[in-house]
Amino acid sequence: MTFELICFWVFASVAALAALTVISVKNPVVAALSLVLTFFSMACVWLLAQAEFLAVALVLVYVGAVMVLFLFVVMMLDVDFSVVREGFVRFLPVGVLVAAVMLTEMLMMIGVRSLKTPVTEDPAVLAGMSNMEWLGQTLFRDFLLPFEIAALILTVGLIAAVTLTLRKRTGTKVQRPGLQVMVKREDRLRVIKMDAVGKGEVGP
Amino acid sequence: MMIPFNPADLIAIQPELVLLGATCAILLIDLFIKPSQRDITHWLSIATLALTSYLVWRGAPELSSGVTAFNGMLLHDGISVVLKQFILLTSGLSLFYARNYMRERSLLVGELYLLVLFATLGMMLLVSAGSLITVYLGLELLALSSYALVAMNRDSASSAEAAIKYFVLGALASGLLLYGMSMIYGATGSLDLATITGKFGQVEHPGWLAFGLVFLVCGIAFKVGAAPFHMWLPDVYHGAPTAVTVFIGSAPKIAAFGLAYRLLEGGLGPLSGQWTLMLAILAVASLAVGNVLAIAQSNLKRMLAYSTISHVGFMLLGFVGGTPAGYSAAMFYIISYTMTATVAFGMIALLARKGFECEEIDDFKGLNQRSPWYAAIMGIAMFSLAGVPPLFGFFAKLLVLKAAIDAGFLWLAIVAIVFAIIGIYYYLRVVKVMYFDAAAEETALPLPSDVALRWVISINGLALIVLGLAWGPLFDWCNRAFGV
Repeated sequence: MTFELICFWVFASVAALAALTVISVKNPVVAALSLVLTFFSMACVWLLAQAEFLAVALVLVYVGAVMVLFLFVVMMLDVDFSVVREGFVRFLPVGVLVAAVMLTEMLMMIGVRSLKTPVTEDPAVLAGMSNMEWLGQTLFRDFLLPFEIAALILTVGLIAAVTLTLRKRTGTKVQRPGLQVMVKREDRLRVIKMDAVGKGEVGP
Repeated sequence: MMIPFNPADLIAIQPELVLLGATCAILLIDLFIKPSQRDITHWLSIATLALTSYLVWRGAPELSSGVTAFNGMLLHDGISVVLKQFILLTSGLSLFYARNYMRERSLLVGELYLLVLFATLGMMLLVSAGSLITVYLGLELLALSSYALVAMNRDSASSAEAAIKYFVLGALASGLLLYGMSMIYGATGSLDLATITGKFGQVEHPGWLAFGLVFLVCGIAFKVGAAPFHMWLPDVYHGAPTAVTVFIGSAPKIAAFGLAYRLLEGGLGPLSGQWTLMLAILAVASLAVGNVLAIAQSNLKRMLAYSTISHVGFMLLGFVGGTPAGYSAAMFYIISYTMTATVAFGMIALLARKGFECEEIDDFKGLNQRSPWYAAIMGIAMFSLAGVPPLFGFFAKLLVLKAAIDAGFLWLAIVAIVFAIIGIYYYLRVVKVMYFDAAAEETALPLPSDVALRWVISINGLALIVLGLAWGPLFDWCNRAFGV
């Protein structure tokens, strides 16, 4: 057993266990943190497969940004997860059955034997360059057009989000820094003359 | 695989680049104009579509044999030229029909135009896609814009419901398509449709291809709205603002034809023995579900949605032969359907007022006494959808039926004719309501202030007669595109 194989088994089993934790623990924060651990272990597995860029991207994007946001949401929304998880045990047999049927179907369709060899050779190794260099060449030269269309899709997502959420309702509270800066003392403070309170009115 | 960037590729996608550039310009211009000046955005969008159409037409003659660009990612041939022209035409028509309707409801925002233009761009990329990844990205660009358009009327609960349904089922359909594509990629090791066809003989695991094919057909059926994957269609057509229904009910259907053609014939042509049978089953189911359920509808938009399902069934008749002549008939059919559907949906948008949607069939009662001209236009559209000679829809039906019989699917043609006759009932019911029922109010119909709308819908309606009488040139054009 080589060192790489030992590493693979360790990372893969950590990933599988952490994934199991995600769906079985009661505390949503623990579940989210377990998901981070799953992503991290998978990144390590990808490193072993020499997909450095994907591993780094997974850690940076998913662990660094998406999961942190997700943790914020989980902590702020205060969802009662016990309600969401209700029926987990009751529907477990059905879920296991469906999962087993799908797994058998896939294994029969694809064939366990064919899993032993990769479908194609690693193109980066064939081209004699590093994974990162090959990915860059592929993404920005061979797949330039799809890359640009994907950018357009993101633009449409942005426009759609603004269209659907931006609205000027009456009574919304907004800050207008320009007006705040221009404010004068007279706008906020009014000095009024009052008669001094007479001595006699003070209580005995 | 490492092919350096070729500047000539930019010339090949010139129409798309111009459309994109102009859309971005409109995005910026629209920020600086007042809501009362929204007409500027409107006419700029129309001009952009017209310019793009001109560029597609100008680039067409030299493309008779077809060229590829960006390593085969894009494919420009006669088919893409015809499809793009009609996508641009129907998108432009739906912008004309939308303006008045959206303005009356204070929904006429610049984003309406932007989303339609981006959706048009997605459709153009989709119909000239030469690779699985371009197919998917073009489709998503179209779909994402459509979801937002449906949800545009934020104060309407039914719009929100329609948008959520559309989004969830659309995402599911995209997932099915992607899963099928991944299987095909796994089997052939290529995303390029031409390479996939070429590698067909030497595939190590033909089972993967068949597995992927089933998912692709399901995904395509979802997107075109063929039964039994049609559940989203009536709700979305009904819930969306009528002006948006005009758009999503027309141009995307042409793009869906392109999607089916590129994936099934372009990529999996050698498997046609298997997918023609699947499409035949989908066609029968769509014809039955569409025509029978349309009878039960009292809402015109829902009725037209079910009629769309049945027309998709008719379009699929052209596919069952797996021959260029059949695809040509199917393309002619889908063009004829969209040209007619724009009139039918556009008329609902034209007759609607603020606070009155005019979408129930009963709302059309006595339309002839109130406005004989619009009753006549709507009547032409209904007769054309029903397939009454000598209108556009009749010849389209004739040609797909002939294609199905030529392919040896005589039983399918007989089923289609039986359901077409059932379908005539509900189209004629609209005509009967317009001409023979008494109007709820006797006053003359208040005409919309938008003169362009009145002219465009009249020309669109009369075109159904003209194209019905002189359908030869258009059919020749379709045939030439497929090299028949």
